Amino acid sequence: MITGALVFAFACYGLGLLFNLWRIATGPDAADRILALDTMVINVIALLILYGIWRGTAVYYEASMLVAMVGFVSTVAYARFVLRGDIIE
Amino acid sequence: MSDGASLLPIIAILPFLGALVPGLMIRAGRTACATFTAIPTILALTMLIVLAPSVMRGEVLQAEIAWLPQLGLSAAFFLDGLGLLFAGMILGVGLLITLYARFYLSGEDPMGQFYTYLLLFQGAMLGIVLSDNILLLLIFWELTSLSSFLLIGYWKHLPEGRQGARMALAVTGGGGLAMIGGMLILGHIVGSYNLTDILTQGEAIRASEWYLPALILILLGAFTKSAQFPFHFWLPHAMAAPTPVSAYLHSATMVKAGVFLMARMWPALAGTEAWFYIVTTTGLITMVLGALIALFKDDLKALLAFSTVSHLGLLTMLLGMGTKLAAVVAVFHIINHLTFKAALFMTAGIIDHETHTRDIKRLGGLRHLMPVTFVIGTVGALSMAGIPLFNGFLSKEMMLEEAAHTVWAGSVWAVPVLATLGALLSVAYSLRFIAHVFLGPVRDDYPAKPHDPPFGMWAAPALLVAMVVVIGVLPAAVVGPLVAVAGGAVIGGGEMPYYSLKIWHGVTPALYMSGIAVAGGLLLLALHRVLDRIWLAVPRPEAKVIFDALVSWVAALSRRITESAHNGAVSRYLAILTVATVALGYVAWRGSGLSAPTRAPLPVPPVVAVGWVLLIVATISVVTMHRSRFRALVLIGVIGLMISAGFVYLSAPDLALTQISVETVTIMLLLLALHFLPKTTPRESGAGLRLRDAAIAVAAGGAVAGLAYAFMLRDTSSISDYHLANSYEGGGGTNVVNVILVDFRGYDTYGEIIVLGIAGLIIFALVETLLTGPAARRLRNADLSRNISRDRHPLMMVVATRVMMPIAVMVGVYIFLRGHNQPGGGFVAGLVISIALLMQYMASGFAWTQARKRIEYHAMIGWGVVIAGLTGAAAWLAGAPFLTSAFGYIHLPPIEEFELASAMAFDLGVFLTVLGAVMLMLFSLSRLARHAGESVNIEPMDYDPSKRVETAEGGDR
Repeated sequence: MITGALVFAFACYGLGLLFNLWRIATGPDAADRILALDTMVINVIALLILYGIWRGTAVYYEASMLVAMVGFVSTVAYARFVLRGDIIE
Repeated sequence: MSDGASLLPIIAILPFLGALVPGLMIRAGRTACATFTAIPTILALTMLIVLAPSVMRGEVLQAEIAWLPQLGLSAAFFLDGLGLLFAGMILGVGLLITLYARFYLSGEDPMGQFYTYLLLFQGAMLGIVLSDNILLLLIFWELTSLSSFLLIGYWKHLPEGRQGARMALAVTGGGGLAMIGGMLILGHIVGSYNLTDILTQGEAIRASEWYLPALILILLGAFTKSAQFPFHFWLPHAMAAPTPVSAYLHSATMVKAGVFLMARMWPALAGTEAWFYIVTTTGLITMVLGALIALFKDDLKALLAFSTVSHLGLLTMLLGMGTKLAAVVAVFHIINHLTFKAALFMTAGIIDHETHTRDIKRLGGLRHLMPVTFVIGTVGALSMAGIPLFNGFLSKEMMLEEAAHTVWAGSVWAVPVLATLGALLSVAYSLRFIAHVFLGPVRDDYPAKPHDPPFGMWAAPALLVAMVVVIGVLPAAVVGPLVAVAGGAVIGGGEMPYYSLKIWHGVTPALYMSGIAVAGGLLLLALHRVLDRIWLAVPRPEAKVIFDALVSWVAALSRRITESAHNGAVSRYLAILTVATVALGYVAWRGSGLSAPTRAPLPVPPVVAVGWVLLIVATISVVTMHRSRFRALVLIGVIGLMISAGFVYLSAPDLALTQISVETVTIMLLLLALHFLPKTTPRESGAGLRLRDAAIAVAAGGAVAGLAYAFMLRDTSSISDYHLANSYEGGGGTNVVNVILVDFRGYDTYGEIIVLGIAGLIIFALVETLLTGPAARRLRNADLSRNISRDRHPLMMVVATRVMMPIAVMVGVYIFLRGHNQPGGGFVAGLVISIALLMQYMASGFAWTQARKRIEYHAMIGWGVVIAGLTGAAAWLAGAPFLTSAFGYIHLPPIEEFELASAMAFDLGVFLTVLGAVMLMLFSLSRLARHAGESVNIEPMDYDPSKRVETAEGGDR
């Protein structure tokens, strides 16, 4: 049961990554790209957790926490750059 | 090692230690400075005298301290007769020069510097004559070139001084390079770099097929140093130095180093035809040519310089003859030349000092005005001419006697005639020195009124000429034993040839030759006026012009070569480097082929394939879209994310952590910089060039991918196995990556954090310069803001980051603490904390965060490096090498037993340096914006419901 769910989730998030890539490549706006990148970070976090469940270890859970902690910072920086130009005011 | 021999290294090191003192003692006055220069010399001389009796008995003292035994290099010293003679000369004359220079140098000359250089030079010379290891000898040899460069160029304000110093360095340094090659070959033939071994292997060396190359290379070194034709030209130009330097370098020491080397190597190299023809011929030409030029020089020092060249030629010729007697005569002449030439140089210095000119044509009649100087100069010059009762006569007679028996290429006449000609010219210029300077009528047009100098100035030359006379009258009693022991050392033991040091040898061929020389010399002097006119009318090649042309030609050539590879365009030299690397790799691959793969590729799950697609597409997109810089940055973000995910998937959580943190920091740095840069990259190169670069890039990328793939399909043994096996036992950590960083390769890490710290400081310094320069004005006038949103510090972000801060810091500390055994460590922790801080800068604003910063980032870098360094040095206390780590287990009651490793303290240093450097870099870049006239918030949030917003014009911080 859990295996089936995992395979389904892997497929969904993998597909999600490809869609993110499509958005980043085509745009049309900088905001679209930043948003797509941020979503990509979230998808990767999800995949790490799924992989941890698959392998039955907690190591990946921690890795995903750390990615979550620092991952959003660059999104903020991109967004500030687009909105204000200077990211540290 | 006997007790006395242990003094040898001390003698050699004393002048170097002493060199530290004069620069300080000059504050206590000039006499104090000179006194403190004399002290190490006197000490060394005393030790030498203590050792002298055993050397005179024929012992050879040896002392050895292992230095780099793997290279055959050891600090080995030995003292035999030849070493004793030279060491005595170097120290004795050094002492006299110290005294003389005290009175010679004027108040405007930096005397402390002078004495420091002098002692450095003295130490280098002593090192040459005491070294038992030829590699050590080479080091000292180069040191004499360097320190003589400083001495010759001592009067930095004179262009002649600087040019002369440069020329001397180029010529003697170039010869030194050749000699390194020769010495290495010699060491290779013998299988040892110890002189005492080499000197006993003469037969084997001369029989070796490498003998001739070694001989030529070593002689190049000796000839350049001793100013032998055609390298003689540097010595006269080095006369731009102050006279004490000339007297020291060019009579007793520097130029004698080449002669010393030939004498030292005599047992190993001499006695073959090649040796005879190269050395004797060079010496003979140098002797005659030097004497001829000396006769027509009007500058007193130039006259003496060319006379020195001539006498060095004489010594070289004697050593070249290859007979034992000639070698002993050479030793005797070394002593004699030293005494009269040093005295004459000092005399020339006195005349220059008192009359303010060295031009012989403006002098004359000084015997009445400077009687003391007259006596000293006359005795010296008569000895140089080879007149009986003075020591120059004795060695010249013996030299002529030897020359009379030498057959050169079947001719019995060539050497005797040329030697007599040399002696004749020598008589002529020596007598001219007396006649045209001291004799003749007193003139009334001297640039300054001449009078004898104070006692201190003429004491040194007076002592030397006293020796000239004493040796001249009683040679056997005064220097007989020294000549015997030094000569014995040159010929390498065995039976001493028969010779006798006395004035009257009976009617011999040498006596006739001497007679001809004196008569001819007097005749030339009488005809000097006529000959001088002819000399001036005949065109001669000017060595300096040729040398300068050669140097500029070589410089132009190397510039052309450099610029063809390194013209300032990054793409050019990257292309060269990449193509060369790929080509070398291709050659290696073609050479040995590839073994069959031993592993099967792992299966690729679909999700991993998606990540791979993302990586490839994003990479290609960066290349195609890089002209829009922001878009490229977003794509780089994708690549970083995928690489981090890949590291996690491939079981490298450490690398993943580091990668994602570095990625974030890098993106912020680039965004900060991009704020001030154009947002698009213009197209600068043509289609052809881009095609070329694309081809190179594809080739290199393909090659690296192929190489990596080939490696992954094969089992290769690597150092990783060692690391994995020893990580816990040796380093006390189960996290191999961290143990490698802080223990196995602690040195690398230490170097890297220093580099990182330096990079941070340099960015700070560059921005600082930028902000104080003209660019700051341009920055002030630029309008860079893109106020799409007026909300600078959104409430939500401020609150979120404040909440995040303690959590992030806790995570950082946690990662740091567990680093030794679990994924983490100081590097990642530093990055995590700096990201936490950067969030505050971004969210709450520069001014707000800056006001709450307690520690300067510069200090943090410094402390980091200091802590890491001290941790490493602490290992010394335990008697272990630098950065050896220790670990143990500690049990504190409330918590479980835990491990404490010294690597933790080292990691703390890494942590602090990383944090400081990263913060300093971002801080420096964001300072730019303050100068662009942007305002900062006093309050953290723009829209605080309770207040109105206040802004202030942006200050510096």
